[in-house]
Amino acid sequence: MASKLKIKVNGLVHSVTASLDTPLLYVLHNELHLHGPRFGCGLAQCGACSVLLDGKEIRSCVTPVAAVSGKAVTTLEGLPALWAKQRGTAAAAPALHPLQQAWIDVQVPHCGYCQNGMLIQATDLLSTTKNPTEDQIRTAMNGHLCRCGTYPRILTAIKQAAAVMAKGGK
Amino acid sequence: MTGFLHEKELSRRTFLKGGGALIVGFSVARAAVAGVARAADSPYASNGVDQYSVDSWIVINSDNTATIKTGGIRQGTGSDTGLLMIAGEELNMDMSQLQFVMADTSVTPSTGKHSASNTIKDAGPGVRAAAASAAQALLGLASTQLGVPVAALSVSKGVVSGGGKNVTYGGLLGGKLFNVRMPASYNMVGDPNSFPFFTGGILAGQAPSKPVSDYKLVGTSPPRIDIPEIVTGTGVYIQSIRLPGMLHGRIVRPRGQAVYGFGAPIVSVDESSISHLHGIKVVRRGDFLGVVAAHEYDAIQAAAQLKVKWADPPAILAGSGDEFKGMRALDSAGKTVTSNSDLGFVAPNNGNVDAALASAAHVVSETYGWPTNVHTPIGPQCAVADVTPQGTRVFSGTQGAYETRQQVAFVLGVPESQVRVTACAMGGCFGDGAQYFDAAQAAALMSQTVGAPVRVQLMRWDEISWGQTSPASLMDVRAGVDGKGNLVAFDFTHFYPQYWTDDLQTNAELAGLPRPAAPSYPSGNFWPTPMYNIPNNRYQLKSIPLLDTWIKVFWMRGGSAPHVTFAGEQVIDQLAHAANMDPVAFRIQNVTQGDDLLNQGQGRDELLTVLNAVTSAAKWQPRVTASNLSDANVVTGRGVAWSNNDNTKTYAQTAVVADVEVNKKTGKITVKHVYQAVSSGLAVYPGGIENQIVGGVTQILSRLLVEKYRYSKTNVTSTDFVSYPIMRFKDAPQVTPIVIQWSSRVPFMEGVGEPVAMAAAAAVANAFFDATGVRLRTAPLTPAHVRAALKAAGVA
Repeated sequence: MASKLKIKVNGLVHSVTASLDTPLLYVLHNELHLHGPRFGCGLAQCGACSVLLDGKEIRSCVTPVAAVSGKAVTTLEGLPALWAKQRGTAAAAPALHPLQQAWIDVQVPHCGYCQNGMLIQATDLLSTTKNPTEDQIRTAMNGHLCRCGTYPRILTAIKQAAAVMAKGGK
Repeated sequence: MTGFLHEKELSRRTFLKGGGALIVGFSVARAAVAGVARAADSPYASNGVDQYSVDSWIVINSDNTATIKTGGIRQGTGSDTGLLMIAGEELNMDMSQLQFVMADTSVTPSTGKHSASNTIKDAGPGVRAAAASAAQALLGLASTQLGVPVAALSVSKGVVSGGGKNVTYGGLLGGKLFNVRMPASYNMVGDPNSFPFFTGGILAGQAPSKPVSDYKLVGTSPPRIDIPEIVTGTGVYIQSIRLPGMLHGRIVRPRGQAVYGFGAPIVSVDESSISHLHGIKVVRRGDFLGVVAAHEYDAIQAAAQLKVKWADPPAILAGSGDEFKGMRALDSAGKTVTSNSDLGFVAPNNGNVDAALASAAHVVSETYGWPTNVHTPIGPQCAVADVTPQGTRVFSGTQGAYETRQQVAFVLGVPESQVRVTACAMGGCFGDGAQYFDAAQAAALMSQTVGAPVRVQLMRWDEISWGQTSPASLMDVRAGVDGKGNLVAFDFTHFYPQYWTDDLQTNAELAGLPRPAAPSYPSGNFWPTPMYNIPNNRYQLKSIPLLDTWIKVFWMRGGSAPHVTFAGEQVIDQLAHAANMDPVAFRIQNVTQGDDLLNQGQGRDELLTVLNAVTSAAKWQPRVTASNLSDANVVTGRGVAWSNNDNTKTYAQTAVVADVEVNKKTGKITVKHVYQAVSSGLAVYPGGIENQIVGGVTQILSRLLVEKYRYSKTNVTSTDFVSYPIMRFKDAPQVTPIVIQWSSRVPFMEGVGEPVAMAAAAAVANAFFDATGVRLRTAPLTPAHVRAALKAAGVA
């Protein structure tokens, strides 16, 4: 049965109507029209649907919407604001998170469908490990699948973004 | 948002964007192109696009930008950026001034199916012809307005200058039509016999297009146009299309397709099994079964919970563990078809192979195997269809909008003119033929039944276990070399399931529509040695008809080329080893001597160039392979391989050097670094090609090291990323891409998507031999397989 719920996504509280067991992905996609997180497998195997829940990467395709009540969800669309908050700037959010900028600079994507999860997982990694080694990056990213073969450039882009973020985004 | 289509063309509609969604509000207002009425246009029909009219291709907007209707699609290859570069070159406009419009059967011209690495090669000439014609017309208008002769005008960034005055394209034509027709000599409809491929337009440098020596944009590497919206989540994929009143559908099929032709005969459907779910509509047409609901998750649950009894499939498949044995058995039973060609791919048969091998100094005779793979894009197939009394509108991920139109019209039983298909960005494809119509046909059948727009997205199990699969290859090879290291004979027999044809329409067949009379042909066949000068050759394709014999298969990135190169280049490596020669020097000594098969180009020059480039980048040290064997547990090796795409579709050469590390105890192969050089004529978008090299290498190594599609004697059992694993981040190689730029190879501007995936697998296998002295002749090279091979050879 459908219930009325409040969920906090990208800093805003939304009222949504959904059955409690509906995976968060479908609420984000179809009710809030956020299309960063995407359906890839519905099995938490590929990571295309990833979002941050209180800063940690989760798979929205298997997370019931009721489970995020009282917590903060950040999607790909919320990364620039998250970076502004991390830097402690009160000014308007930058257009891009340094990871997003690095993805453009390195020309990472092919089809781009999986890149949401890659960016979300990399954000999680760099929030705890400021200057990750190559092994740390590979380990952290290992649960995200790309069929086009973009792993090598993702590795480069994460290193590049980490360097930018270590300097406070300059 | 630069990516999505027709916002101007479809201004009769209300487009409301939210977070990358595209909400299309249909209205019956008249169509408009950049403010100019087009009464013939309709949201629900394809009324024909005049391929010869410049206005069909290019719209000059008042803000001095241009909308380019290329007929192209977006699947992540960067070819959309490349097509804009071709247009921008002729128009003398910057990338920031150009917008890309994807194929739409009612709005854009057709540049055919975008597959087989053909976008730049096939659609490029069409876009070039239109843009050059548009530039001419704009110069004429500017000449009149400025009172300056055309010869005295120059253009930069869409600003025409001359006689101390200037005017913008937008000022000259913004919002108005060109009303210019291109001459018949441009052949803007192409050859109808070549459908679905486009053959029209003008080649680089052909008047009135620019001389290639004047190029400023083509040959550079601007950022890809679609990446900003990918990384911000604002890009519109087919999965994010939403229509007002749209319902969600899911297909209900047994988990795992059976032999092709069996389908999925329904014995019974128990609709009461989902009576606890509300608002579900069950759609049935013959054995096509689906569920439709207002909310997506309700449709997913209903599809999962609906109790259906299907007939048991026959136990006649070979099974993935015995697929090579199965091929031999079919051959012994007389069920293979022997030829040396398929649709356009003819291999040479000349000289006397048996006599040459009898007198050769060294002969290699062995068998190679490459298993069944599956495309499994991360974005499962998706389509939205709205079947109305006025006609049908379809949004679909597709490589060929016109083909999708054909398939949807077929399944609905309506004329193609009453169906309009709009191509949308796909989350991967790799030649998955089902991308054209599986979801689109399902959505159309459901929409027709429920009378509302329906969005159908495949579940992962559906994508993998009912998708088109990439056929396995079994290859018998005999080859010989003389005492001076010259190749004397090559004898190659290739057992390979048949395919081709976009007529393998699963949902149409389930719905009871007739299957084509000849559902499969010999196809996807490549021969492994177009790089070499060999006096005696025998090539046999022993193809396996699919019907009632094999699982459904289709083209996957290069067809069998990666397979035959895996076999052929390992055999060549062994002959070099037998001749006690460095494998690079051996290849140079035996390189093809003249023109390629079709006299299109100079395969020899390109091959030697890519080989030189890649060995230079990798700092290749000449030596005999496996001459530094070590008893250590972890050993390293280096291998080389190359490829020559030399056929009617693609003309490109690649060379690869791979460095590997092998742990003999665990059997783990770690590919450390792959260098790949690519020649494809005049490289329109070198940056795009570099990215294709990185991805193509990574993907083919996933197939080489990890992938094997599983099926039993009755049905497919690979259903997800556990039962069909692909390469993970930890195993990704470092890749160094090298793009050869041939300004002298005009007018060749060829595709690379397939060629970049051909030779890396063989280079890795050759590197493994260099490290261990052992050959791995059957993919995938999993740790268990490697341990067994090393043990059998007494190495570990």
